[in-house]
Amino acid sequence: MAVYKKTYRPYEGSLTPGWSRFLVITRYAFEELRSSRFLTIFYIASFLYPLIAAILIYVRHNASALGLVGARNANQLISINVVFFLTLLGWQSMLALFLAAFIGPGQISPDLANNALALYFARPFSRTEYVLGKMSVLVILLSLMTWVPGLLLFLLQGYLEGGGWMGDNWRFAYGVFFGAWIWILILSLLALALSAWVKWKPAAGGLMFGVFFVAAAFGGIANAVERTNWGNLLNIGYLVGSVWVDLFEGGNRTTNGAVFFRVPQGEELPMWCTYAALAALCGICLYMLARKIRGTEVVR
Amino acid sequence: MEPVIELDGLEVRFGSRAILKNLKVSLNGRAIGLLGPNGAGKSTLLNTLLGFHKPSAGTARIFGRDVRTSARAVRSLIGYMPENDSFIAGMSGVHFVRLMAELAGLPKEHALERAHEAFFYVGLGEVRYRAVGTYSLGMKQMAKLAQAIAHGPKLLFLDEPTNGLDPPARTRMIQLIQEIRDRGDLHLVLSSHLLRDVEECCDQVLILKDGNIAAVCNLEEERRMNRRFLEIETRGGSNGDFLSAIEALGCETAAGAQGRIKLILPDGLEVRQLYEIAARQDVQIRRLSHKRDSLEDIFLKAMEAKATEAADGRI
Repeated sequence: MAVYKKTYRPYEGSLTPGWSRFLVITRYAFEELRSSRFLTIFYIASFLYPLIAAILIYVRHNASALGLVGARNANQLISINVVFFLTLLGWQSMLALFLAAFIGPGQISPDLANNALALYFARPFSRTEYVLGKMSVLVILLSLMTWVPGLLLFLLQGYLEGGGWMGDNWRFAYGVFFGAWIWILILSLLALALSAWVKWKPAAGGLMFGVFFVAAAFGGIANAVERTNWGNLLNIGYLVGSVWVDLFEGGNRTTNGAVFFRVPQGEELPMWCTYAALAALCGICLYMLARKIRGTEVVR
Repeated sequence: MEPVIELDGLEVRFGSRAILKNLKVSLNGRAIGLLGPNGAGKSTLLNTLLGFHKPSAGTARIFGRDVRTSARAVRSLIGYMPENDSFIAGMSGVHFVRLMAELAGLPKEHALERAHEAFFYVGLGEVRYRAVGTYSLGMKQMAKLAQAIAHGPKLLFLDEPTNGLDPPARTRMIQLIQEIRDRGDLHLVLSSHLLRDVEECCDQVLILKDGNIAAVCNLEEERRMNRRFLEIETRGGSNGDFLSAIEALGCETAAGAQGRIKLILPDGLEVRQLYEIAARQDVQIRRLSHKRDSLEDIFLKAMEAKATEAADGRI
């Protein structure tokens, strides 16, 4: 119908499949994020480390390239091992925390502040789809800066090294992929949960850091006062670092975790406790979301 | 005909407090008015029909579909205009309506086209690229109506649609609602505490009081009845003969003092025929008025009704 016929008419066209509607939310969120110049610059800058890592891998296998700058044997100094990939994951994950703290709080709080949730859920659209749509924004962005470059570097190294390197070091890829996914899941859920409860975006962003750093400080104090290691259960960086070491090395530990995600030797907790603590954190975030993401608020 | 809304012992509780109590009714109107004082349960009923609240007992059906077990299917039939300000800050009007249409399942090209149309339809065509957050209250109401109709629902829920509107904006909103109703493509439920809005737009009314059904009335029937109910004042001639003559035509009559007569015209008898009989009897009809049992009368009667709850939940 042409616009000039200003009258109401029913819709009789085709409908999109129900399973894909959560992606509408994701698409609109991306459109909004694209308008932020700071975010674009930050995001591009976050690929600097993987780029340097790729150059290092290339140089490691091309002594002639070093010869151009008169450092023919310098490639012997570059080791592509568990520390290389753990450090990459650590750096990228820290940048992911900054990114999540920047874009996460703006995901749900504006909808809550403007009572838009009733409009979403008055449609054939569930609360789960809403959270999934909002979460997909973070998951896609954080994936692109963590496990995607990690796996690409693993493939590059495997290709250049040849001789079954990938088969011998499959745990690196396994660790990067699942380690990053655990971190992304925690960050996304935490960012959304805080966004649902704290309507002021800067406060929600600040709280993200608070949960990581202030809780870790409390854990450290608890350890010092009680002469125990159980305070580490409050230290998300420690918990994630422990899981990463477990994923990368299994029982044969040779490292102390990654940069920003240290697991000091002698302070290890049983792995099941670490996994349980992270699962509990995710559970709390989901509960917080379930309490707030509703079509209408009930005043009892 | 399948009822638009069917409530079958519907009860909704928030904690220990019952908000809706054993509601049983079947509503078929093209435009259904939901009336009641503040706190009567109107918005709770709408929210329950939308699946926002779970019934603690009984059930509700929309076009025969259970709101609990077929919530998604039910919501795909509904357009909802909430009472409070509801929008997405920073988004332009047309962008906002397009998003809502896409969430209802429209492909993005159709959603964009319908968003533009809806904005022109509600009279906001010129400001459709402005951020919704910058709209005046009246414009926000219109934008809410636009998002409710953009996806072409079968049932439209309007919760206090004239809230905060100045008289010209209110008139425009009522005209739009009447126009949507008269096209006959959809049914609408208008929740309001403004009797005039409901009277002007609806043909069936459900009146709630304290979570109970206080009255259900078919305004169309009431209007038809009103048209047949007359009060006349006569002078001269023989009132008795005049009464006998009109009774012979099938009128039910009741004579009052000073030549006043209340009568109900049977179907097929026109007022003109009363004047002809009066002329033949040499009786002057000095005054003739249609008795008007307005929605206000119905509402007040329902509100004044003794608050004794019948077994079926009606007062």
